[in-house]
Amino acid sequence: MAERKIVDGRGSFCPGPLMELIVALKSSQVGDELEVLSTDKGSVNDIPEWINKVGHEYIATTEADGVWHIMMRKAK
Amino acid sequence: MKILIVGGGTGGTILANNLARRLTNELKSGKARITMLSASDKHMYQPGLLYLAMGKMTPDELYRDQASLLEPGIQFHVDPVEEFMLDKNQVKTKSGKTHNYDIMVIATGSRMFPEGIPGMVEAAETFYTEETALKMFKRLQSFEGGKVVITVGVPHKCPMAPLEITFMLNDYFKDRGIADKVQLHYTYPIGRVHALENVAKWAAPEMDKLGITYDTFFNIKEVDATNKILRSEEGVEIKYDLLITIPAHKGMEVIEKNGLGQNGWIPTNRTKLNVEGRDNVFTLGDTTNIPISKAGSTAHFEADTLGENIAAMVKIGMPVREYDGKVFCFIEVGKDRATYAMFDYKNPPDPKAPTKAVHWFKLAYNKLYWISARGLL
Ligand SMILES: Cc1cc2nc3c(=O)[nH]c(=O)nc-3n(C[C@H](O)[C@H](O)[C@H](O)COP(=O)(O)OP(=O)(O)OC[C@H]3O[C@@H](n4cnc5c(N)ncnc54)[C@H](O)[C@@H]3O)c2cc1C
Repeated sequence: MAERKIVDGRGSFCPGPLMELIVALKSSQVGDELEVLSTDKGSVNDIPEWINKVGHEYIATTEADGVWHIMMRKAK
Repeated sequence: MKILIVGGGTGGTILANNLARRLTNELKSGKARITMLSASDKHMYQPGLLYLAMGKMTPDELYRDQASLLEPGIQFHVDPVEEFMLDKNQVKTKSGKTHNYDIMVIATGSRMFPEGIPGMVEAAETFYTEETALKMFKRLQSFEGGKVVITVGVPHKCPMAPLEITFMLNDYFKDRGIADKVQLHYTYPIGRVHALENVAKWAAPEMDKLGITYDTFFNIKEVDATNKILRSEEGVEIKYDLLITIPAHKGMEVIEKNGLGQNGWIPTNRTKLNVEGRDNVFTLGDTTNIPISKAGSTAHFEADTLGENIAAMVKIGMPVREYDGKVFCFIEVGKDRATYAMFDYKNPPDPKAPTKAVHWFKLAYNKLYWISARGLL
């Protein structure tokens, strides 16, 4: 069954939220939804760009109290 | 109070020594006891592997006897833990012994896992163990030219290793007089050449200047060892003559087997460093799931925090401070220049231009590490 996972990349400069997402995807199933939390504004562009490049499904980005929430679905 | 430290690497050793010094009186009076269980009687200075792969260090220089690094009063056993029974405050070891604890710290580190990528083990050279680093050096010595490709899996320990090995290889081929016959090609998983934005900003032009080419957004999917082709998750193919990899890592098998964390990464509170859901079990170093660099310096700063906190728990019944996410990394930029990056959860790093002075300091640190492990630096 598809799961929803939080990838907490807050305060991560190295390796950073996108790397945390790449790692989390390895142990996820096709159809799982992942929500990346990031305090780095760069993630707002980097992460959707990578998601589209690889061919996963980008869902949406929201912001609350200085934390960006980037939602995606593993598509392959 | 029985304190049990599982793992005698960088983090476990610094913590044990730190605690032994803070608790001298309690150890003498029998009010506290520190036991360390580890998997080896030797302690390896892992950053030395990079130099081993380049022929600049020999294996004997990487090791010290673990017992010689520990303060008197620490009970040290080479007897790896096989079973963690957190509900009973007990562990069971390979020899069949059971150890009870009041407070336990898990510092079992991480290991490379090239097996996760089809074809990688057969095709690639790496330097994350003594054996593979030596094999890589031999392969380099017999290499006479062609395309050398560097790939990076995540997560891996030592975030600076991909850039360091690339710049060192550049100098290595120059020194051998075959630089004109070698094309170095670097790849990196995200959209720039390093995780740290400011490091990427100077490293990319540096690569351009040296003629090192690169692909970003390159996450290795498989290696076709017969045809010498790499394929990425992003759909890119690269041909290579010599493949060098920084493989993705996992935590130790024993962690996953005991249900302490998927892939061996233990869910850890990022400021208190306790294992989520447990007040008397802590973890530090590579095996945490905290989203920061898996580096010796991370383990060191975490050990400093835990040393203060566990000693305070013995003396006043509660911890006294939080870990702020501090990391410090040297970055070797070839054979004679280096810089460094320092950052924490709130403050991004701002590395300066590389200098010879920092390189010499890093070489000095390669020796000073043993003082650092004793908890004196
Ligand atoms: C090539 C390379 C270059 C590096 N360069 C740098 C650098 O420049 N700067 C930097 O800061 N870091 C660097 N590192 C990373 C650094 O070495 C690690 O991050 C650091 O050693 C992690 O410390 P640790 O205590 O978590 O684990 P480790 O130091 O790996 O120690 C783990 C310990 O656990 C023990 N153990 C394992 N299983 C068990 C068990 N079941 N029971 C009991 N004990 C067990 C092992 O025997 C070992 O003693 C580098 C690493 C490599 C490989």
